[in-house]
Amino acid sequence: MKGTTLEDAAIVMTPEDTVGTAITDLVADRTLTLRDDHAVTLTEPIQFGHKFALVGHEPDDEVVKYGAVIGRATTTIRPGDWVHTHNVESIRGQPAEDRP
Amino acid sequence: MSESTFDGYHRPDGRIGIRNYVAVVPMSATASPIAKRLAADAEHMVRATPHQLPLHPPTPAREQLERVLVGIAHNPNVAGTLFVGLGTESTAIEELADRAARAGKPVETMTIHDAGGVSGAIESGSDHIVSLVDDARDATRSPASMESLIVGLECGGSDATSGLASNPVVGRACDRLVAAGGTGVISETPEFIGAEHILADRCADDAVRDRLLACVDRRERMADLMGVDFRGAQPSPGNQEGGLTTIEEKSLGAIAKGGTTPLQDVIAYGKSLPVGGGFVVMDTPGYDVESVSGKVAGGAQLVIFTTGRGSTTGNPIAPVIKVTGNPETAARMADNMDVDASGVVAGERIDDIGDDLFETIRAVADGQPTAAERFGMAEFAINDIPPNEIASMGAPE
Repeated sequence: MKGTTLEDAAIVMTPEDTVGTAITDLVADRTLTLRDDHAVTLTEPIQFGHKFALVGHEPDDEVVKYGAVIGRATTTIRPGDWVHTHNVESIRGQPAEDRP
Repeated sequence: MSESTFDGYHRPDGRIGIRNYVAVVPMSATASPIAKRLAADAEHMVRATPHQLPLHPPTPAREQLERVLVGIAHNPNVAGTLFVGLGTESTAIEELADRAARAGKPVETMTIHDAGGVSGAIESGSDHIVSLVDDARDATRSPASMESLIVGLECGGSDATSGLASNPVVGRACDRLVAAGGTGVISETPEFIGAEHILADRCADDAVRDRLLACVDRRERMADLMGVDFRGAQPSPGNQEGGLTTIEEKSLGAIAKGGTTPLQDVIAYGKSLPVGGGFVVMDTPGYDVESVSGKVAGGAQLVIFTTGRGSTTGNPIAPVIKVTGNPETAARMADNMDVDASGVVAGERIDDIGDDLFETIRAVADGQPTAAERFGMAEFAINDIPPNEIASMGAPE
């Protein structure tokens, strides 16, 4: 697979990504080592195919996957948090007046 | 047989069919039940393309409809065509048949009014079909090159595995096809939103780039026009359940189907696709059945369709190869899948599975039935252009 797999549990597509994707169902409190100096501990269970934060995000911070922006944070997201529609929204494909 | 050829049907216009069908093509929604009935009563090689468009669509929608109807007759998988009308359609059925006949294949017409109603239409239509089937049976398979193939690349029922596994596998197969001289076509313009900068960087020249960006911009403005946004609909609830959060994320995964070669052209819905055209885009809506039908009308003989969640879609004219990257779907819906790309998630190489898929393309072109064909899945739908879109933005290219 392109990207970097973490312990057969998750994948990070590019080094710029701020989120990883679970490639199996993951339990809370699991710690995944990204690089020698950086690990992330999941704060909640992450379902297969769903994303978790590799780094902290403040509201309006860009969320990056595939090395590209996939949306912006709507709340504070801590490392290890589940990242989905409850805390990220699309920047595109919405009425012009709502676009940032 | 060498590995780079297959046996196909050589048509009078020089194109190569991979199936040998008689198409029963209704002019309107009204004529569609008769077309379906005629095909159902006939043998397997007779295929109907029912649709929902009215007798009198506004001009841009009518022109697009006519392009698609003629395109079905021109598809190389079609040996001969019967157009079926009510008799009052705005489109003149004889003029349409003349356009269709330019490919040098038999074309016949019949209207329900001229035939004296439904029972007369079934009787007269059946006679036309017997004659078209007789002609079609004369066609036989002989060696053809992979460069004659136009392959539609589609995704539906996407989840997170689509962007991670199945779409990159299709991208590898697309690169192989383009290297062999063929044409690979991605579509579903709304699913470029958020990823168009990557496709734009791959455009062969500035003119292609400008057309690509104009198409994406138009689709994004349509959301404004309808007073809705894509959030909630794109990604769909099913996509979201599968882990896709935003249209940008879905798009970035979707464009992986197009591989890595330069984007050579952007073609309007249902317009003729180039033979030997490399990697191209057709500007279609995001509804997968309409998107597939547009590419088939453009001349695609075959479609590759990735699905994480488990779509069963087929097409009456072109075989559809199903690829899933989701291990649970691969197991649960094994009967409906042709290629299991879920090994990518477990660490298998994308290139290896992509090379297997390229071989599956060759085998299906050679006559091997797909899962959707075995189950008789044959959806068809033609894109309509809503009147408020025409009023606000004019006709698309």
